[in-house]
Amino acid sequence: MSASPEEHDRSWTVAVRNRVSGLVPPGQVLPDQQPAYVASWIYVFGVATLAALVVVVGSGVVLAMGGAAWWHTSSFGHFVNSVHLWSVELFFAAMVIHLWGKFWMAAWRGNRGLTWATGVVSFVASIGAAFTGYLVQSNFDSQWISGEAKDGINSIGIGGFFNVLNPGQMLLWHVTLLPVAVGIITVMHVVLVRRHGVVPPLDDEREEVAR
Amino acid sequence: MSTTHATRTRRRTPDSHDYPTRHYDLVKEFVIALAIMTGLSLVLAGVFSSPDDKAISMASWAKADPADLVATATGELAGTTTSATYGAPYNDASEGQSVLGLKLQKWGGVGIPINSADLVLQPLRAVSGDAQLANALQQWDALSADQQTTRATAYADALAKAPDGDPAQVSQGSYGPVPALTTSFLGLASSGGLEGSLTSSATFYGSDQTRAMLLLSDGAYLEDQAVADHLGGDQWGMMNEVGNYPGQPWMWLYTFWYQVKPFSTSENADTQVWALMMLLTVGLILVPWIPGVRSIPRLIPVHRLIWRQHYRRKR
Amino acid sequence: MVWAAGRYIDWGVVSISLTNLLVIVGMIVIFVLALVIPFPREHVREHEHEDDS
Repeated sequence: MSASPEEHDRSWTVAVRNRVSGLVPPGQVLPDQQPAYVASWIYVFGVATLAALVVVVGSGVVLAMGGAAWWHTSSFGHFVNSVHLWSVELFFAAMVIHLWGKFWMAAWRGNRGLTWATGVVSFVASIGAAFTGYLVQSNFDSQWISGEAKDGINSIGIGGFFNVLNPGQMLLWHVTLLPVAVGIITVMHVVLVRRHGVVPPLDDEREEVAR
Repeated sequence: MSTTHATRTRRRTPDSHDYPTRHYDLVKEFVIALAIMTGLSLVLAGVFSSPDDKAISMASWAKADPADLVATATGELAGTTTSATYGAPYNDASEGQSVLGLKLQKWGGVGIPINSADLVLQPLRAVSGDAQLANALQQWDALSADQQTTRATAYADALAKAPDGDPAQVSQGSYGPVPALTTSFLGLASSGGLEGSLTSSATFYGSDQTRAMLLLSDGAYLEDQAVADHLGGDQWGMMNEVGNYPGQPWMWLYTFWYQVKPFSTSENADTQVWALMMLLTVGLILVPWIPGVRSIPRLIPVHRLIWRQHYRRKR
Repeated sequence: MVWAAGRYIDWGVVSISLTNLLVIVGMIVIFVLALVIPFPREHVREHEHEDDS
């Protein structure tokens, strides 16, 4: 039984449903057509970044199953650690190439400024996530990196809370808080891309006279 | 009567949905990308592996550079080490760093209070059955704070003058119980019991290495190993990894500033570099709105390559 | 426990590991290749406002 008009207007469920379904134009969440100008290999680096992120998270999940020190004593664990390291290198390489491409396309045009901004924020958040990863290796790297990083973080007054010398804290930031943050920002970024569509070519801009 | 308005031209970006389309299988593209990235990761991991340099244990420090450990312990007792004179978040000993007059480090407050002398004294006090050590500790406690500092500083100076910093070759002097304390401390480190005493003796579940790390960082041995591995701050170390492994190339701009003046000689380098990088990061986020910068893609037409099929079709 | 440091290239104030240099150069090469390698041509639907069901 559907709601009366008054109940409909007051319904939180209807409001949320309309909000969510209005985020992306109908049929554009997973369209099987793209504008004809999407015809360059530079366009694959966004999805390559996403794919690399899946491998990063997947290898991270396996490392989490073994525990923080597993990779020191298990050769399979060490291999999974290696997959995690190299997928991170691939992730950053793809993301930066994607950024270069989007810059030269001026992809922020046509109200896509927030798409660009969320992209940069996800880059910065990813650097933070990677940084905490280095801190939880429980080896010489962790000792040196934490010893150096503490000076930078203490110098801006947040070291009393965010203690890079505390692996108990850094591990939890690395495996929960920062991946969730990166995930949320990434979802926002991809929704914005689907919402606005791929930016049209630069030289197609039209000049109009504002009166 | 008609009114004349000033006219302004404005660029309008067309709607992407107004264009002719081509077939594009997004899901297939993602699956292919995933297969490629997984394959590449597995191959690179199989061929190149990943580094795992063992952590420096207190015992390995004691064995490799006992003079450094003794000198560090002495410095903790004298209150001259980096941690003892650090400031926030460990103590009040220094104002810390500031940028543009903003004393960010100090404003952070002493959130992790650490007494540097206790990095040495607490583990020693926990030792039982060592009458000589107990005696040395009693002597230390009987001294006034000034006397403690004087004895420890004198011993530190003597160690610095001794050949190779060897405690056995230190000249005669008035050092009180300091030599006995630091010798016992070296023995405790060598036994493998020091980290546990510093991090988990009271709590059983140690997961916070702050005290052990501050002690290790106060010595020269950790940094010596790092510099040998090209990881030092003035070696672009933030970008690097041990051996020939890839490091963090994306950190190039952050570490660059530390290599050049004024930052390379500044006491406030950390705060200054952080502030500069925050500014540049905000700048990168705001590129779409920065006049000049946002026009660069128009001025240098890399896009003519990207959309050449489209431009050709239009002609 | 001391590893030998990797190979580094020093040029003025710059000091970069050979591996990092290869990674960066590799990225630039891939970027340029992505720009110049032709993308497969596809039949273009000329009519606008597709009905995506």
